[in-house]
Amino acid sequence: MTTDMNWRRDQDGLGVWPHRGKVAIVGWGMSPVDRRWDGVSMDKTLGAYSKLAAERALEDAGLKPSDIDGLLMCPNNMAGAGSGSSASWGPARPYFDAPYDSEDGLTIVTNNWLRKYWTDLTGVQYAPDQIPDIGEGLGMAAEAVAQGKCDYALYIYTANNLEGRYRRGGASAQDHAAGPSQWNFPWGGNVIDLQLWTTVPLRQYLRKYGGEWDDLIGPMILNEHRNGMMTSWGYYTQNGASGLTVEEYADARPITWPAKIWDYDRPVNAAGAFIITSAERARDLRQKPVYIMNHNEGFLGMGRSSHITMDEYEAGMARIAKRSYDGSGLKPADIDIFNPYDGFSPFLPFSLEAFQWQGVGKGDAMAFVNGDISVEGPHPLHSGGGNLGNGRTRTAMYIDGIEQLRGTAGKRQVNVKAETAICAYAPALSSSYLVLSNQPS
Amino acid sequence: MPKLIPVPDELSQPFWDAVQQRKLLVQRCTACSTLQYPPKAACQECNATTLEWHETDGKGHVLEFVVLQDTHLPFRGPDQPINLAIVTLDEDPRINFFSNMPGEEPFKVPVGVAVEVMFEELTDGSLIHEWRRAQ
Repeated sequence: MTTDMNWRRDQDGLGVWPHRGKVAIVGWGMSPVDRRWDGVSMDKTLGAYSKLAAERALEDAGLKPSDIDGLLMCPNNMAGAGSGSSASWGPARPYFDAPYDSEDGLTIVTNNWLRKYWTDLTGVQYAPDQIPDIGEGLGMAAEAVAQGKCDYALYIYTANNLEGRYRRGGASAQDHAAGPSQWNFPWGGNVIDLQLWTTVPLRQYLRKYGGEWDDLIGPMILNEHRNGMMTSWGYYTQNGASGLTVEEYADARPITWPAKIWDYDRPVNAAGAFIITSAERARDLRQKPVYIMNHNEGFLGMGRSSHITMDEYEAGMARIAKRSYDGSGLKPADIDIFNPYDGFSPFLPFSLEAFQWQGVGKGDAMAFVNGDISVEGPHPLHSGGGNLGNGRTRTAMYIDGIEQLRGTAGKRQVNVKAETAICAYAPALSSSYLVLSNQPS
Repeated sequence: MPKLIPVPDELSQPFWDAVQQRKLLVQRCTACSTLQYPPKAACQECNATTLEWHETDGKGHVLEFVVLQDTHLPFRGPDQPINLAIVTLDEDPRINFFSNMPGEEPFKVPVGVAVEVMFEELTDGSLIHEWRRAQ
């Protein structure tokens, strides 16, 4: 099915989303979160986990598989197709019998594969081909419902990881650098080590405003690990706490000084699912609706030269925050729950300041995060624990927003008001922030 | 320190040819005079496609640096720890370059210091642009 791309809100100045509060998230589900697929457990393949996550989302919503008429199965390879053995099963390893006779079902999952494998999906009539990652995918699902393309949209997102070091194969393993990488690879500059080009801007930030990396980033990471241990489905809850302490963070294995291993999210193998419907239909379902107030898409680029600078990054983030607030009709003071993307740790202080959550402005992050940012306190930053606290599923930001607004976050439930949330898989200058509310207006 | 060897394409060939002549070029837009690097098909300010090459004076300053210690580029692995600095061009500080700051100890890059372009030989005998403290 050809994909209509007119749903994207990827420009400045779009004003309030016309469907604000008219669409709601009504169910979510997660598979188990494994470090890697072990290559033998066929009940733990990415495909099996996609179905399992969706079944859990359906149970959460009180729906049946046959109720789903919009299927948005994101087919992307999170580990990076062509980047080594952690990302692709073949050609180094032989495939299995059907339905695992290709990458489909093992390291990616497509709409077609899922519909062949899960024969209970009998009601699907909208199943586009090009489904973006979750940051934009939930916006696509919201628009699909809002525009009448389907009544119940099921969005499924996978995180794949096999044996092998993450993203060190393919073009990275060559002795030459072609295409865009001819301008950075020769010197060692690559997108992973440099945390999607944010390590340098954060160094600039600390030089300008004062302070050390560990003192700014450490409290945030420890807070996320703590919140992750209060997340039932998270990697560390299921596989053993990281036990990360201040001292261990400071002494941790360096990757790109001053960033250490804990500044990078842990790749995992898992799937997450979300169900979206209209606000009207949501009222008759099992859970308290979580209304979508705005979605944005798009990417503002990575600077005008070889490497983005702090000034460019802050300017870009300011535009992104404005899109979110203008689109939702809300202001910084209106946002109760703040779960920005945290795949790489420098994203956190920049997004905190750009969105001015809890009044945090430029240069304020250090003092703020060294105060009480726990879920029990007055400034419950990143209550979901994100990727850093739960593994690289990119779903924790949204699940926590949903749970907080429903009042079902358990030990993580904040003590402050929880009526609105900003949640995002939005790396660097990605604009894909989602604004949620438990009130439709 | 064997850097990875850049592979020129149609757009970048003149740049790399000039590097072999120990010249550092950037693009200049003939419509609005904007300088830009890396080279692009159009001016990033006015979108004009009338771009020419401009030889710089090769002077800059160190903006910031980090140190690679567990690189995702295996070919650079044996050289670690590697300084990775960002150098701005004095003619237009919005233009910046990567540099391993030859001659500086790991973790001890002097941020803010004046630098000048130099050219390093790669394993295939070709040259690549680098930066060192101004003499």
